[in-house]
Amino acid sequence: MKKPLLEFNQNGIYCPIAKVYMDAWRPVDKVIISHAHADHSKYGHQNYLTHPNSIPIVKHRLGNVNIESKGWGEKFTINGVQFSLHPAGHVIGSSQVRVEYKGDVWVYSGDYKRENDGISTPFEPIKCNTFITECTFGLPAFNWKKQEVVINEINDFWEECKSNNQTAVIFAYSLGKAQRLIANLNLEIGKIYTHGAVENLNEVIRTYKNLPKTYRITKETKKEDLIGNLVIAPPSTHGSSWMKKMVPYVTSSTSGWMTFRGARRRRAIDRGFVLSDHVDWKDLIQTIKDTEAKNIVCTHGYKDIFSKYLKEKGYNSFIENTPFEEQEILENNV
Amino acid sequence: MFDFADLVEQIDKTNKTNLKVKALEKFFSSATDQDKVWAIALFSSKRPKRSVKTSNLRVYAAQMANIPLWLFEESYHIVGDLAETIALVVPESKQGVKPPSLSQLIKEIKDLKNLDEIHQKSYLLNRWSHLNYYSKFVFNKLITGGFRIGVSQKLMTKSIANVTGIDQDTIAYQIMGDWNPEEVTYNQLILSPSKEDFIYKPYPFYLANPLDQGLEKLGSCSEWVYENKWDGIRAQLIKRNDEIMIWSRGEELISNQFPELLVMGSFLNNGTVIDGEILPFKNCKIGSFNDLQKRLGRKNVGKTTLENNPVILKAYDLLELNGIDIRNKKYIERRKSLEKIVLSVKNEKLQFSNSYVFNNWEEVSKAHGQARVNKSEGLMIKNINAFYKVGRKKGDWWKWKVDPLTIDAVLTYAMRGHGRRANLFTDYTFALWKTNDKGNKELVTFAKAYSGLTDKEFKKVDAFIKKNTLERFGPVRSVEPELVFEIAFEGIANSSRHKSGVAVRFPRILRWRIDKTINDANTIEDLKSLIHA
Repeated sequence: MKKPLLEFNQNGIYCPIAKVYMDAWRPVDKVIISHAHADHSKYGHQNYLTHPNSIPIVKHRLGNVNIESKGWGEKFTINGVQFSLHPAGHVIGSSQVRVEYKGDVWVYSGDYKRENDGISTPFEPIKCNTFITECTFGLPAFNWKKQEVVINEINDFWEECKSNNQTAVIFAYSLGKAQRLIANLNLEIGKIYTHGAVENLNEVIRTYKNLPKTYRITKETKKEDLIGNLVIAPPSTHGSSWMKKMVPYVTSSTSGWMTFRGARRRRAIDRGFVLSDHVDWKDLIQTIKDTEAKNIVCTHGYKDIFSKYLKEKGYNSFIENTPFEEQEILENNV
Repeated sequence: MFDFADLVEQIDKTNKTNLKVKALEKFFSSATDQDKVWAIALFSSKRPKRSVKTSNLRVYAAQMANIPLWLFEESYHIVGDLAETIALVVPESKQGVKPPSLSQLIKEIKDLKNLDEIHQKSYLLNRWSHLNYYSKFVFNKLITGGFRIGVSQKLMTKSIANVTGIDQDTIAYQIMGDWNPEEVTYNQLILSPSKEDFIYKPYPFYLANPLDQGLEKLGSCSEWVYENKWDGIRAQLIKRNDEIMIWSRGEELISNQFPELLVMGSFLNNGTVIDGEILPFKNCKIGSFNDLQKRLGRKNVGKTTLENNPVILKAYDLLELNGIDIRNKKYIERRKSLEKIVLSVKNEKLQFSNSYVFNNWEEVSKAHGQARVNKSEGLMIKNINAFYKVGRKKGDWWKWKVDPLTIDAVLTYAMRGHGRRANLFTDYTFALWKTNDKGNKELVTFAKAYSGLTDKEFKKVDAFIKKNTLERFGPVRSVEPELVFEIAFEGIANSSRHKSGVAVRFPRILRWRIDKTINDANTIEDLKSLIHA
């Protein structure tokens, strides 16, 4: 049997011919990074390669690592294997990796979504023989509403808080969801204040991408400044003393997990908005059709269930484990 | 129009009690009377009879969602609520058709019973395709039953009190007992109930709080009544108009399950309401809760069961005397009247729950330590002057339970939880070591437990389970035996129904023993040694 072009080993997703890893979770010599979220972009590799839009963020998080950039669609060859990056639409700079060798084409999706969020470059389906897909939300219970609809819900929520003289607090992952909200919310309602972790990333991203003005919450920020305005903070701040300044506040979360009533109640937040940077059920199936791939490798999320479903549909589907899944199911970058 | 689905949506959108109350007030001041009555019924755990098989609901929903049935089932295990799963997988309707009223929907659902399956299906598919998410969720909840959505009865009675100006405790009393939301009007139930309606109602139960402070903080030792805390079924025995009723704390009419108590009740005067505990009592000894379980959930109790598992009523309070509500008399006065009744009735099925006399807190403490010897769960500490209040009110009634029995057990199976624990593995099965016939050690299941850990700990255990699953059996996963937990329970008894040979009462997780390996876990023999300890 022919050796697969890409394999999953203890270090990461590996191309043995090119001797290159993708999103390695243990230190390796050469790695292609799909996007700058911490679990995909780890510290300790010798050589990094990623899209230019991810580089400032990777450097911001990992320091001055040895890093090379490739634009979307730009082909490059390593040991006779041809690689190219293509937009994945998950967060700013997020890329799929296309790998071709002797006519065999594999695509590693990284994390992705199909709707244009106005800040990440939209996903492009790439034709391939084997598609490695995430299935964080690979269940028919997950069906996203259009972004416009959800953003309107959040705007209404903000207006309501404002009319009640409250501070609207949204918990959102500091890379991705935070900027997506900032780029789309109606700033005629008020100002957006940010937690330092969010604002640091905003500053990095503003060096190459337009982002509406936001205000960093500092020691000098007064309670009165915040009332009627909106605060974006990482989920870890929920219930912390940092929140004291926001009293009276109403809390909310934006994530695909907010689909479940139980998930909202468990987090003890007031409002849950279903807004995800991952594909939902219907887009997952549509994407697999679009790639025309016959072989589907299912990784993180409901991979067992989704893979079983694909098999029934006639795909050659199997599952691979990554360390991404538990963190994502448990927490917040979704 | 602010209908029931809007109410559920509003409640769902906040974590703050005052906003929930506001939403309820809005509903109770604007809904039709019929819808109000149904809402009260639903929030008091009264629900329409199930008229469609849930297995059919699953099949229809899967068909409508265009997914195989197994995939629907998998989704259900993860979502943790059938009504919610159906609402999520069935495609969202594009049309903005206004849903029918709550009472209309309930009527339709009731009428489904008379339709054949083909017509049931077409009705359901039609409703599903026209309702928006929350209406669909409510509709499914009505069909599947169980309406736990974060509104307690207390919250509801408070809102109705705010809207009507009627005292909250009065409302709590009015909605007690057996009333049919199809027949009763809002006027009859809430606004102007007639006296006759109360004949069949128990009083709202007064509940104690766990003692959460030092005894000295209670003031003088002589201002309190000390009784055993019995582990049976809390119940009111009522005799009015020559009729005898027994109501459980869960507001179930359990008269028929305890015919011997009905016989005893016939010796009481009309207009008597006794509050007490139904206890298993054989050969002049109080048994374990396990013995009582054989009497529960039966339509008719046979002769053998009656002989083998006799019960008594341990009476501790009197709420009505000669037809007069005496809940506003002092506790010691109510007890004096009760004691007189027990003495005059002279029936072995009615026993007075004696109180102790203690001279100082030290003696109280000592008695507490010996509670298990008296087959009691601890001490009840009640203020001599206390009125009989409604619900759980702090200050006058305290329960001081003995420390639970504990044992270290190994986590062997796990299931996903429901409600706020949906999608997290939080329901666990625990095992203890047993030496089998061949002399090998094996793990034998002894209890299930799903409470006692913090959310953080649950998350960690959940992650462990996902990584260390051995096998899947539908929603259940067998797990690599590795984690050890200290399991607490209230009582223990031999049981032929349990694989371990032992039944434990109210098992829960006391703590995660990170310091222990599975070899440190206890054996079945260790557990059995607690039976007579």
